[in-house]
Amino acid sequence: MASDNMNTANSFNITSGNRSKFTETLVKAAMILCSLVAVAVTIGIVLSLIFEALEFFKRIPLSEFLFSTEWSPQTALRSDQVATEGKFGVIPLFTGTMLISAIAMCVATPLGLASAVFLAEYASKRTRDWVKPMLEILAGIPTVVYGFFAALTVAPFIRMTGGNVGLEVSSESALAAGLVMGIMIVPLISSLSDDVINAVPQAMRDASLGLGATHSETVKQVILPAALPGIAGSLLLAASRAIGETMIVVMAAGLAANLTANPLEAVTTITAQIVALLTGDQEFDSAKTLSAFALGLLLFIVTLALNYLSLRIVKKYREKYD
Amino acid sequence: MTNPDANFLKGQKHLTRRYRAEQRFQWIGRIAIAASLTFLVFMVASIFWQGKGALITTKIALTVDLSTEMIDPANIKGASFDKIIKLALRTEFPEATKRKQKKRLYALVSSDAGFQLRDQILEGPALLGADQTIWVSASDDVDMLMKGHIDRNKPQNSRRLSDQQISWIDALLVKQVFNTGFFTNGDSREPELAGILSALVGSALSLLICFALSFPIGIMSAIYLEEFAKKGRWSDLIEININNLAAVPSIVFGLLGLSIFLNVFGLPRSSPLVGGMVLSLMTLPTIIIAARASLRAVPPSIREAALGMGASPVQATFHHVAPLAMPGFLTGTIVGMAQALGETAPLLMIGMVAFIVDIPGSILEPATALPVQIFLWADSPERAFLEKTSAAIIVLLIFLVLMNIIAIILRKKYEIRF
Amino acid sequence: MQKTPLITAKDVDVFYGTKQALDKITLDIPEHKVTSLIGPSGCGKTTFLRCINRMNDLVDICRVEGQIEIAGQDIYAPEVDVVALRAHVGMVFQKPNPFPKSIFDNVAYGPKIHGLVSTKSDMEEVVEWSLRKAGLWEEVKDRLNETGTGLSGGQQQRLCIARAIAVKPKVILMDEPCSALDPIATAIIEELIDELRKKFTIIIVTHSMQQAARVSQRTAFFHMGNLVESGATKTIFTSPQDERTQNYITGRIG
Repeated sequence: MASDNMNTANSFNITSGNRSKFTETLVKAAMILCSLVAVAVTIGIVLSLIFEALEFFKRIPLSEFLFSTEWSPQTALRSDQVATEGKFGVIPLFTGTMLISAIAMCVATPLGLASAVFLAEYASKRTRDWVKPMLEILAGIPTVVYGFFAALTVAPFIRMTGGNVGLEVSSESALAAGLVMGIMIVPLISSLSDDVINAVPQAMRDASLGLGATHSETVKQVILPAALPGIAGSLLLAASRAIGETMIVVMAAGLAANLTANPLEAVTTITAQIVALLTGDQEFDSAKTLSAFALGLLLFIVTLALNYLSLRIVKKYREKYD
Repeated sequence: MTNPDANFLKGQKHLTRRYRAEQRFQWIGRIAIAASLTFLVFMVASIFWQGKGALITTKIALTVDLSTEMIDPANIKGASFDKIIKLALRTEFPEATKRKQKKRLYALVSSDAGFQLRDQILEGPALLGADQTIWVSASDDVDMLMKGHIDRNKPQNSRRLSDQQISWIDALLVKQVFNTGFFTNGDSREPELAGILSALVGSALSLLICFALSFPIGIMSAIYLEEFAKKGRWSDLIEININNLAAVPSIVFGLLGLSIFLNVFGLPRSSPLVGGMVLSLMTLPTIIIAARASLRAVPPSIREAALGMGASPVQATFHHVAPLAMPGFLTGTIVGMAQALGETAPLLMIGMVAFIVDIPGSILEPATALPVQIFLWADSPERAFLEKTSAAIIVLLIFLVLMNIIAIILRKKYEIRF
Repeated sequence: MQKTPLITAKDVDVFYGTKQALDKITLDIPEHKVTSLIGPSGCGKTTFLRCINRMNDLVDICRVEGQIEIAGQDIYAPEVDVVALRAHVGMVFQKPNPFPKSIFDNVAYGPKIHGLVSTKSDMEEVVEWSLRKAGLWEEVKDRLNETGTGLSGGQQQRLCIARAIAVKPKVILMDEPCSALDPIATAIIEELIDELRKKFTIIIVTHSMQQAARVSQRTAFFHMGNLVESGATKTIFTSPQDERTQNYITGRIG
């Protein structure tokens, strides 16, 4: 047979292959470069934020930025009007962000956790198979849609209801933005917590059920305490998401930098101010424009810390049960 | 008979209480899910309800004088079409004599009516020479009246159309037709003319750039991390980076784009190129995480088989492992693209928020994107833009649903089962 | 028997991290014979097998010391290309693992990547030759384009053998090739192994002593990382020198 004469294998050469080493090295180098992009992006974010923020802090001292309670970044109308430099105190923005995020978490935590427990512990496979994707839809809807809904449907509704019971509700209230944002992060909490609850070993359930506990007692007294660190991680991640959310607050929360804890008043947030400062035509060098980067840096640090903490907690939790 | 233990399996009083607690607990879960889903249904339904009107637009029939006196057949384009329209309206309603009245009369038709007349004549020059009845777009107020959004019973100074204007409209021949302009026009200050085509094209161009960048980079880094990288400090560092990037607020990517792509690299502001680049940075973590999961699902026996045959690791990966993981790669990419399509905030940062009438012709021209268009329209005060905004959201949601369905089909069809 | 052995292993130690898996293995493997490696699970027989085509290199924490020569060349020498080595030392795995591609592509893959054939008709010839040698040709010749994973377990394993011999390796390593198969499929493969040794040198790891007795001419008995004894299969099974071997083949340890 002809192929019996195929003689390559008979010469026992094991020191060099037939493939092109050069191409393989090239492919590997390309792959390494590609995976470094992620690192480069992080470095890019950090550098660009720090660089521009430093420019800002040359004009406005850091202490004023962090501790002043007034935010009104009006700039000069004419370039010679130096006197009307704005006020750049981040505290009202920070409290506004926290207020809206807190409202969102108050909505999302019970809804998300209860959904997760039900899906993980009670729902039949069929229910799970269609409810989970339905909840995921909530996470897939663009935030601009939530913003539109919050501004044009939810906010007027709250204002009307408030008016009926004699409460004064501003047309752009923290409540409207927070409520809608809360619904948006429900699937984030429910799917992460669902995973976490599923990771609790079956043996723990069996032990509790074997002692004659009902299912809900088992969940409340054994599973949830065991899953607590993981759930905390998912809540932190959700909070970070709420703090960084932009479109809902831009469209529904407004731009008034009120220092208030009243959810019926208008507040503004860090992200909403960044958008307000950077849309439209601005000269790039003004303190007003640069302040957006200082806000961005603050936002990045806060969310990064929350994410990092959350990842650490969840990772530790997983190691415990793996 | 009187064995005290005989009843030990039967329910005791406190057991019923515990079972009731059990039921309550389950119902809390059901109610929570129902609440979230009700919100979803209500939101989508209300947007559909508000948006369906944008698919219909109102046209008005006018009898226009197209005699050669008005239009020189040798120089059609030189004619003043606006004048012809105005004349037709005045002829129809000679009672409008005062300046203010005339202005109100002219406001019944769209400011585009003259151009529409011109286009119809250029298409069919046979119209010239006599009086003709033609259809032109009504103004947005008339459109709103026809759709029932303006209440005729209100006193006239609290609605946008006066009693006289309404009587004129009732006297005119009007019809409601499918609004093709919504899909073929760019943005406009006039609600009745505004369309989503320029925003759609802007989104498509941005996504194209986003795909061209994030797909190869994402897949390559996933393959490297999953198949080649030695577990160590470097791979840990990259891993932490990817996980963190996945959770960085989108607006921060916009700031990066503004300060690096625009100010350092000097790329054109508002262009789909920069938009796509920024979006690709956000999509990257999604693609990498999905692609790695997909690679992990390829059984090690496939790698062993290939390596045992004398395939090099690169060959084993690219001949066998990667093709098997490809459906997963594509699913992850489509999901990432869907996220990118709905993203608004970073695009605002790089100036893709401009008023764009023309369809962008290249990735370097100023453009806007569909979600940004929604944001812009949502900010407009006219009642007519409300239904435009809702309709644009519907279009956006339809695209997202389509993309996700494709992803699900891919996953179901090519899911690796071993 | 006096010919120089094809493979010689000298003082081979294998470590997984700090754990020693093989201790000073010295073994000669003659050409065109079937050598079986037997022993209780975890004794190191598979580890040793995977040293011969350096599949152990894939395990990060694995370290191999000592010397293994094939045809006089040290396969752990720095200039050796692992990939080229594996082209000459093929492997059949415990679980049949055909690529989820067509039967034809499965067999053609090796010759293709090693550049052994250039034309399509040559490739067809190689595929037919390999499938015939693996005793599978008659069963699959009409459906070469169907996917390899659709075959029965025994057929899949023969496909894997065909895939391994398509590159004409010097040595074929088989890691419990029949453990996932039913007795009939096992019998077919065993027959095939005997046929294949005319052209190739075969080393087979097996759990079944009957199988070792049926297919191999030489046998090496491993126990807890040590090579207890090796020699002609008949000798090992009829008059083992070591007590541990004796205990194993009579079923007292296993």
